[in-house]
Amino acid sequence: MIQPVDEDAPERPRLATRELSAFFGRSRVVSNVTLGFRDQEVTAIIGPSGCGKSTLLRCLNRMHETVPGASATGIVTLDGTDIYAAGVDPIAVRRHVGMVFQRPTPFPTMSIRDNVTAGLKILGRHAPRGADAEDVVEGALRHAALWDEVKDRLGESAIALSGGQQQRLCIARALAIRPQVILLDEPTASLDPLSTQKVEELVYQLKQDIAVVIVTHNMQQAARVSDRTAFLLMGDLVETAPTNTLFTAPRDPRTEAYITGRFG
Amino acid sequence: MTAAIEPSGGFRHFHDQLAELKQRLLDMSEKAEHLVELAVSALLTRDRGKAELVIVGDKDLNGLEIEIEQRAIALLALQQPMARDLRFIIGTIKISNDLERVGDHAVNIAESSLRLIEANSNIIPDPELEDMARRARLMLSEALDAFIQADGALGRDVCRADDVVDALHNSVFRILLTHMLEDARTITPSLELLLVSRNLERVADLATNIGEDAVYLAEGKQIKHHFED
Repeated sequence: MIQPVDEDAPERPRLATRELSAFFGRSRVVSNVTLGFRDQEVTAIIGPSGCGKSTLLRCLNRMHETVPGASATGIVTLDGTDIYAAGVDPIAVRRHVGMVFQRPTPFPTMSIRDNVTAGLKILGRHAPRGADAEDVVEGALRHAALWDEVKDRLGESAIALSGGQQQRLCIARALAIRPQVILLDEPTASLDPLSTQKVEELVYQLKQDIAVVIVTHNMQQAARVSDRTAFLLMGDLVETAPTNTLFTAPRDPRTEAYITGRFG
Repeated sequence: MTAAIEPSGGFRHFHDQLAELKQRLLDMSEKAEHLVELAVSALLTRDRGKAELVIVGDKDLNGLEIEIEQRAIALLALQQPMARDLRFIIGTIKISNDLERVGDHAVNIAESSLRLIEANSNIIPDPELEDMARRARLMLSEALDAFIQADGALGRDVCRADDVVDALHNSVFRILLTHMLEDARTITPSLELLLVSRNLERVADLATNIGEDAVYLAEGKQIKHHFED
């Protein structure tokens, strides 16, 4: 299958897929996607419901295979190393490629502080403790633009936070382990406009240091926050381009039809 | 697979509004072309009534410009259009502004005609001026067609046609200069005709702008100021 040519494609991406396909049982939901994600860049993946965008995202840190019957073929490289190669520990992959989901998923019985440090347990015996752990908590919460709102109640339950705060707490949890890439799966789908704006500002902050990949069904959000946009349709990567180009003068008529609402 | 081009769901209202905006732009361009035609006809037939109609008609054009701009702003604010729709709305705002200027040039020509009639001048406009008027009007109408049909090739044709009108303007200038050198009594009416020629040349320039907008709409490429090269 011939892939769409992207003349401005990232040269040396932090994370990249080559001929990536994903399946649920025998049903193929992502087809031969080749795409790169560079540091200090936000890549948005857009497309209609069921186009495979969340599945594609979940392949990027081997979350896809956690669903029974799910599988993937092709290559996903992180700093040039195939994360699907034999002997690679998926847990180790997720240390470097963090993920935030559509609905905030704080651990309900844990405090705000413990929610942030929960991610550190993945580090096993290397996990920071005591004062070091406190530094990590503050750093991650600051990075997630939540510190000022929660610094006086770190011991309280995470459930007491608003939806937008909970989502930023989940981002802080993902950031605590200092990932190189962060994957956001419709992170503002259940948030009000003000919380959405805060998360979008946070996305802008995050990309100063790492690569950010965001799946969104909200095209205006993709237009606002991303540097590059990839359009996925029925599992195929139709077009990928600088966001400005994709939303003002897309090359493929299917992209045009989708983003102007003239589809189906 | 092929993309269906039928509007779906909540977009229908938006596409109705886009169609409405397009219709207003067509109304405005028809009116602008008519004013140029009327102004040139006032000049050639020394018809004071026609010249006055141009001056009155320009007010409608101003009103249409405001209406189109307001509709376009509302669509931008409320619908956040993308891709071709975005290019269309931006183009509409620019074109309505250009058409309003076309109306101003028609008024200038009408006013020159009135002054020539007033002065009872018997100078006859050279055929080059008529040719310019015909070409400028044709460019205007083709530029609008190119935009409405999103026809990039026609848009480029219009841009190229501007060279001919520029050349005619130079010819008219030289011809009028000769008249003025030969007979000093023709200086005032010749300067009036030079103004007319200048206004027609500007109409062709504005048509060229619209042709460029048509190319941007059709192809997403900016070709003005030879940006493409």
